[in-house]
Amino acid sequence: MSPAIVKLIAQRLALGVLLLLAVSVLIFVGTQLLPGDVAQAILGQSATPEALANLRAELGLNEPAYLRYFDWLGGILTGDLGTALSNGQDISESLGKRLSNTLFLAMWAAIVSVPLAILLGLVAVQHRNGFIDKLISATTLTSISLPEFFIGYLLVYFVAVELQWFPSVSTVYDGMPFNERMSAIALPCATLTLVVLAHMMRMTRAAILNVMQSAYIETAELKGLSPFRVIFHHAFPNAIAPIVNVVMLNLAFLVVGVVVVEVIFVYPGMGQYLVDHVSKRDIPVVQACGMIFAAVYISLNIVADIVAIVANPRLRHPK
Amino acid sequence: MSDELKYLSDRVARGLMNRRAFMGRATALGVGATMAGSLLSSAAFAAGPQKGGILKAGMVGGESTNSLDPATFASQVPFALGRCWGDTLVETSPTGDIVNRLAEEVSASPDARVWTFKIRSGVTFHNGKTLDAADVVATLRRHSGEDTKSGALGIMRGIETISQDGDNVVVALKNPNADLPYLMSDYHLIIQPNGGNDAPDAGIGTGPYKVVVNDPGVRHVGERFADYWDAPNRGHADQFEIIVINDATARTAALQGGQVHMVNRVEPKIVDLVKRVPGVSIKNVGGRGHYVFIMHCNTAPFDNNDLRLALKYAMDREQMVDKILRGYGTVGNDMPINGAYPLFDESIPQRSFDPDKAKFHFKKSGHDGSVLLRTSDVSFPGAVDAAQLYQESCQKAGITLEIKREPGDGYWSEVWNKQPFCTSYWGGRSTQDQMYSTAYLSSADWNDTRFFNEKFDKMLLEARAELDLAKRKALYSEMGTIVRDEGGLIMPMFNDFIDAVSDKVAGYNVDPGAELMNGYALSKAWLA
Repeated sequence: MSPAIVKLIAQRLALGVLLLLAVSVLIFVGTQLLPGDVAQAILGQSATPEALANLRAELGLNEPAYLRYFDWLGGILTGDLGTALSNGQDISESLGKRLSNTLFLAMWAAIVSVPLAILLGLVAVQHRNGFIDKLISATTLTSISLPEFFIGYLLVYFVAVELQWFPSVSTVYDGMPFNERMSAIALPCATLTLVVLAHMMRMTRAAILNVMQSAYIETAELKGLSPFRVIFHHAFPNAIAPIVNVVMLNLAFLVVGVVVVEVIFVYPGMGQYLVDHVSKRDIPVVQACGMIFAAVYISLNIVADIVAIVANPRLRHPK
Repeated sequence: MSDELKYLSDRVARGLMNRRAFMGRATALGVGATMAGSLLSSAAFAAGPQKGGILKAGMVGGESTNSLDPATFASQVPFALGRCWGDTLVETSPTGDIVNRLAEEVSASPDARVWTFKIRSGVTFHNGKTLDAADVVATLRRHSGEDTKSGALGIMRGIETISQDGDNVVVALKNPNADLPYLMSDYHLIIQPNGGNDAPDAGIGTGPYKVVVNDPGVRHVGERFADYWDAPNRGHADQFEIIVINDATARTAALQGGQVHMVNRVEPKIVDLVKRVPGVSIKNVGGRGHYVFIMHCNTAPFDNNDLRLALKYAMDREQMVDKILRGYGTVGNDMPINGAYPLFDESIPQRSFDPDKAKFHFKKSGHDGSVLLRTSDVSFPGAVDAAQLYQESCQKAGITLEIKREPGDGYWSEVWNKQPFCTSYWGGRSTQDQMYSTAYLSSADWNDTRFFNEKFDKMLLEARAELDLAKRKALYSEMGTIVRDEGGLIMPMFNDFIDAVSDKVAGYNVDPGAELMNGYALSKAWLA
C-alpha cells in the first residue's frame, strides 16, 4: 500500500472520530430539549412529587447538564458505557445483545440481497430493454415503492398466517438453536431484502450500462467474447466504485434504519431498544445507541470511499 | 348419572378417549346428544386443571426499560409478570371480594384504624427462605418509606406504623379506612424476602413460577416453582412465556399463527375480524377503566360551572361507545364510578346528550368564543377521533370546540394535569374510596380536574371510617352526584378489557379487575 493511501485512510479515520464527537454533543443537546425527564418518564402518569424528587436525586439528575456530559464522555473513553437510568441494567451488556441481534439480521439480509441485487443488475444489463430487464426493474421498483411495513404485513399474512411456513414473531434469544433462529428471521430478512434490492440493482445496471458505452467494450465484443464475460470481466470492474457506494449505503440502512421492521416482526434489535429509551429519556442509552449508529454509518462510508479509491488508479495518484 | 357414563366422561376429561367416541358410547347408553354434550363439558371442568405444557402470552405494554423491581411497575407486562412470580397479602376475586393469599386472616379493630394480617405459614420463597412476618413488614415499609420511588406510595401514605407481632403484621392507619385490604391487593405490593431491600429486582417471590429468563422488552420465561404453597390452584403449566409484541397487528398474527395462546388489548376496531378467526375466542369484560375529558375547575373559562355543564350536556356518550369502543364498553355518567365498584348506586340518573340544555348553560355561562381541547392518541386509543366526534356534537349545541393535537411523547408530563382541558384515561381502582382519594380529594396529587370541594372531602373521610354499608353507600351516592353535577370531569365511557384467547386454553374466566384475568391468566388458566 502506498503512503498516499495510508495517509488518506488516517485522515478519514481522524475525521470520523471528530464527527462522532460532534454527533455525541448533538444527541445530548437533543435529548435535553425533549420535554420531561427520565424520572417523569419512568413514573409516568402515576408520578407523585415525592417519588419524582426521590428518583431525580437517586439518578443524579440534579447535576448540571454539561457535567453529566463530561462524566459520560470520560466513561466512554475508558470503555465504560455506564448503566441505564431507567432500570439500572449495565448498558454494554444489554446493548451488546441487541447489537449482535441487529448485526445478525443485517448480515443475513446483506448475504441474500447484495449478491442477488448485483446478479439481477448484471442480468438486466445483458437483456437490456428486453422483457427480462423490464420485469426485474418493475418488480424491484414495486417492492421499494411499497412502504416496508406494508411488505412486512403482506408477508405475515400470506407466509406466516395462511401458509404457516415461518413464524410471524421473530423473537430470538440466547441459546436458540441455529435452524430455529434462521426460521425466525426469515420474514424480516425477506422484507429487508425486498426493500434494499431495487436501489442496488438499479445502480449496478446504470453503472455498467454507462461503462458499456466505452470503446474497449466494443473491442471486447468484437473479439468475440460472450456477452456475460464482457459484462463481468470488462465492464463490472470499472463500474465497481458507484456500486460499492450504494451497497454501503444500503448496508448502513440495514443496521440503522430497521426500526419499523423490528416492530412488525417483534425482533429484539437496536431500533426498538433505542425507541424505548428515547421515550424514557434515558440519555446514557440513547447516547450509546447514537454513537454506535453513527460509527456504523461513518465507517461504512469510509470503506466505500477507500474502495472507490483503490478501484480507480486515477484517484490513487492525485495531482 | 350412571356409573358407566361417569366413567366415560372421566376418560374423555383425562384425554384417554376422544369426544366423538364418547358421544357414540353415550348415545348407545340411551342419552340424547345435547345431554351428552353438557355431560362432557361439566366433566372437563370437574376434572380440573391439567398440568403441563408451555403457556404463552403475547402482550403489549413491555419496554426494554422494564425492571423486575415491583416498585417500578407501571405497564402491562411487568404487571402480569409480577403476578406470575409473586404473591400479595390479599387479592380481589372476579366478583370484587377480598381473597386471602399470603395473609391467612385479616381482621380490623372496631374503628377500622388498626388492621392485623396473620401471615400464612409454610410458604417458601424461590430462594428457599421461609416467608415470615418480617418479610411482609419490610416489603410494606419499602413501598411507604420517605425515600421510596414506589408506584404504590400514593396508597401507602395513609399508614402510620407497620409492625410485627409474632406471626402477625399490624398496620396502624392515620385515619380509619374500611377498605385497607383492597389497598393491600395492589400489584406493586408483592412480598419479597426482606422486603426486597437487598435485591429489589431479583424477581424472587413466593409465586407459582420462578423467573428463568428476564429479557425486558423482549421476552420473559418462568418455570413452575416446585414448592409453591397453592399448587393445586395456580401454576398449571410447566413453563410460561410472555413475548412482548407491542404492535397490534403482529400480536393478532402471532395468535392466529399459533405462536402464542393469548393476547391482551385487542383493538375494538378489529374485534369483529378476530372473532371470525377459527380456534380463537374474544374474552371481554367491563371494568373500571375509563376514558375522560378533564377540565380544571379552577382555571378560566372552566371555573364556571355553567360552562362545565354545557360541555357535559354536549357530549354524546352513546355515540362514543358505538364509534370509539365499537360497543365494547358502557356509557359513563360524569363520575368515575360504575357498577363494577362495590356500593355503587344504580339510581343516579344517567346524563345524556342534550343540545338544548347545553345551549342554555353555555349562554348562561357568558363565555364567548371557542373552547380549546388538547388531545393525543396516547391519552387513550382513539382519543383524536373521539375529540373530533365531540367537536361535532358540540357544534350541534352551538359550542365551537378547537382541537389541538399534542405530541404523544411527553403528553403525561406536559399536557395531562397541566393544561386546563385535555383527554386522558384512568385504569380505575378497586374501591370507590381509592378512586376518589386518588383523583378527586382536594389534596390528591393527581387531582387532574382541580376539584376542590370541602363538603366532598369531608364525606370521603366520613365514608372511609363508616363500617355500616348502607350508610356508606348513601354517602358514596351523594359524592358521586356532586362530582357529576359540579366536577370538571366529562366521562363518556368505561372501556372493556378485550383479550383474545386460543381454544387450547381452558380455565379462562374474565376478571373485571384488569385484562388477562386481572393478570392471573398465566397462573390460573391451563392448556387443555
